[in-house]
Amino acid sequence: MTSDLIIFLVLSLIAVSSALGMLFSKNAVYSALFLALNFVTVAVFYLLLGAPFIAMTQITVYAGAIMVLFLFVIMLLGAESLAPSKALPWQKPLAVLLAVMLAVESIYLIFSRASSSGVIASPNAALNSMDSLREMAMMLFNQYLLPFEVASVLLLVAMVGAIVLAKQEKAGQK
Amino acid sequence: MVPVNDYVALSAVLFTIGALGVLIRRNPLIVFMSVELMLNAANLAFVAFSSVFQTFNGQIFVFFVIAVAAAEVAVGLALLVEIFKSKKNINIDDLNSLKG
Repeated sequence: MTSDLIIFLVLSLIAVSSALGMLFSKNAVYSALFLALNFVTVAVFYLLLGAPFIAMTQITVYAGAIMVLFLFVIMLLGAESLAPSKALPWQKPLAVLLAVMLAVESIYLIFSRASSSGVIASPNAALNSMDSLREMAMMLFNQYLLPFEVASVLLLVAMVGAIVLAKQEKAGQK
Repeated sequence: MVPVNDYVALSAVLFTIGALGVLIRRNPLIVFMSVELMLNAANLAFVAFSSVFQTFNGQIFVFFVIAVAAAEVAVGLALLVEIFKSKKNINIDDLNSLKG
């Protein structure tokens, strides 16, 4: 067993257990913190896969911005824990059954049907260099320029939409 | 040397946990977090394949997915705050005003 595989197994254990912790925490604040741990673990996976830029974006955007937004809203609404609801009592066991079936089926298909299309070597120095980042930037701003601009317009629309939704409507002024 | 199938299997497991969270939790904030977890699982598979095929296309796609997820969370959380202001309750079992 190589050291890469050991690192992968330890990290995937952390990722899966933090995801399960997110799922089963009674308190939504703990769920958010478990999810932040999961995002950081996935960022370390990106580093192992030789994608340092995506890893840093993941930490900044997901573990930083998005989780802070979640924590703000949880604390603003006081929605740390909701009273258990009695509607649809059969839904939970059925959902667990279907999820287990989905997991077993997808893992069976991945390991039995997929041709083993390659192995991931540990990232070398060339992959983590500035040249590699420059190559990715050239690709982003040449081949993917239009999607990049569309994404910027999408972020602007989301920002305006969030402000309009959260705006206080004054009495007599619609 | 880690086989790429291991990464894809991990991605499938994380995706399943996210789907389970959407189905069994009643707090819309946790449902949102589970959707984020599913997006993250898909991103992990993208970056793994991008690393196998030695190309940047997958990574750039992940970059766009992260941008879309950020936009989605901003609008979704604003909607939740608005629902809470009008109904004083965000349990998704109680949000059945459209029921005939």
